[in-house]
Amino acid sequence: MFAYIVRRLAWMVVVLWGVLTITFFVARVIPADPVGAILGPQAPPEAIEAEKARWGLDKPIYVQYIRYLAGLAQGDLGVSLRTRRPVLQDIKQFFPATVELALAALLIGLIMGIGLGVISAVRSGQVVDHAARVFAIVGLSMPAFWLGLLLLLVFYYSLGWLPGPGQLPYWLPRPPRVTGFMFLDSLIAGDWTAFGSYLKHLIMPAFTLGWLSTASITRITRSSMLEVLREEYVKTARMKGLRETSVVMKHAFKNALLPVVTIIGIRLASLLEGAVLTETVFAWPGLGRYATHAFLSIDFNAVVGVALFMALLYSGSNLVVDILYAYLNPKIRYV
Amino acid sequence: MRGLTWRDVWRQIIRNPLSITGLVIIVTLVLVAILAPYIAPHDPFATDPINKLAPPSSAHLMGTDGLGRDILSRVLYGTRISLWIAVLILLTAGVVGTAVGILAGYVGGFGDNLLMRITDIFMAFPRLILAMAIAAALGPSLTNVVIAISFSAWTVFARLARSRAIAVREEDYVEAARAVGASGFRIIVRHILPMAISPVIIQGTISMGGIILTAAGLGFLGFGAQPPTPEWGVMVSEGRNFMPHGWWVSTFPGLAIMVTVLGFNLLGDGIRDILDPRMR
Repeated sequence: MFAYIVRRLAWMVVVLWGVLTITFFVARVIPADPVGAILGPQAPPEAIEAEKARWGLDKPIYVQYIRYLAGLAQGDLGVSLRTRRPVLQDIKQFFPATVELALAALLIGLIMGIGLGVISAVRSGQVVDHAARVFAIVGLSMPAFWLGLLLLLVFYYSLGWLPGPGQLPYWLPRPPRVTGFMFLDSLIAGDWTAFGSYLKHLIMPAFTLGWLSTASITRITRSSMLEVLREEYVKTARMKGLRETSVVMKHAFKNALLPVVTIIGIRLASLLEGAVLTETVFAWPGLGRYATHAFLSIDFNAVVGVALFMALLYSGSNLVVDILYAYLNPKIRYV
Repeated sequence: MRGLTWRDVWRQIIRNPLSITGLVIIVTLVLVAILAPYIAPHDPFATDPINKLAPPSSAHLMGTDGLGRDILSRVLYGTRISLWIAVLILLTAGVVGTAVGILAGYVGGFGDNLLMRITDIFMAFPRLILAMAIAAALGPSLTNVVIAISFSAWTVFARLARSRAIAVREEDYVEAARAVGASGFRIIVRHILPMAISPVIIQGTISMGGIILTAAGLGFLGFGAQPPTPEWGVMVSEGRNFMPHGWWVSTFPGLAIMVTVLGFNLLGDGIRDILDPRMR
């Protein structure tokens, strides 16, 4: 097991190096001209040359690459062309909002997905089963950016039940930044107004992102439940004359949950992806929105930094899932 | 896939109400795409400054946008763009992925290892992020959307084709072909490719919905098609400026995306059931 983890970690480093190299060259060997874009078309050529020299862009590409790697070895992801701050600092600032959004979405996805999955399995082949699956598939087919706009249209513009884009209304003073997580920071400050308002702001983006996850969770829960419901011990429990709810919840559900747990890690990647679109619609100050702006303005250091960071999250979560799986299911041993 | 013929798959599909619905949606959309110039009531590019932001009415069933263009006509033409992009991406990603996968599975050993490790690296990117990076670097255009999404979509096909190639490689008839002196190229094309092609096509159907969503997402974010192209993602994005009073500008193109993706997902879901007998 230990050797397996070490080997997987070593391989992950190689994969991340590959991701870094691909994005580095994609972001630098490009037809577009980031410096020109920032200085504007009127900028004199000398100014553009000076700016390029400042960013090291006048050096040959392999020199830039080696310099970047050297910087990375010291934990330096370079400076963002657009925000003029270290990329790592930007990531630290924007990531917590994405984590909070993703966790809230995952919670919603799990509640809806597991609920629908169990109902589908118990009423397999009946109308409820089909309805639950349609609901889940519709969520999967909905463009996150469009669902977000519709929710805003209905619950913010028309009904006024929920607040609009952003994390807090502009007039509300922000609680002091301690952890970067608004959820925790407002609690630490004891600022209940901000806390309540933040939760209200979180509902629509979290639901938008959560519905996307519902489909795969429903699917796994359903198939896993169906399998367990056919087991001998479930039949035995029924024959003992236990009530159906008790059979389903106590005997079947608990044992059906294992595959559902493993999917959480896999969902993380699609949550990150969905976050890019959801954050844009809801002006949510997270990493997805930061990534969109960075990519649109070809802010090369930010592009490489964000891609590397997201790939790290992605492969990291896959690794954790694989290890968990090997640990929970002794039949699987990777040699 | 083993032992399942296309006829079995077809029979399962027409027995499942959900996949039939999906199939009907897809066929309708293909017809709309082909017939767009004949069924669109207006020119999708014709602006009309007097009828700016007109709400849905009998003259404009889906209303008009900020430049007075008829949204229904633009949505109908958009079907062409979305389906065409998705087909191009599937072809590119499918061909590249299948080629890499079969080659890896057939040669085995070091070559297999190398190709699969490269595949791993591409799979370590969240797909939208990779597509965004490439689309941003190449510059926003429809062609670049195809290239960008293909970059992120080929890996699935590579893995699938590789597993088929490995399964078939040791079969007697491949051995026999080798014994009579067939070249590696001939064995791959004549004996391995035909065995790998149906899982790839099926995976393609399942991937289609996701690909259309990604393409629309790129358009929405500004990495894809550019105005005035009647691409659905771009149209939803344009409509954001007219919220909440011109709600129809974003709503209808988005609805078109949803219905299209829903069609492919319903069909794909049914196909997955057939392949996974536990779900029956």
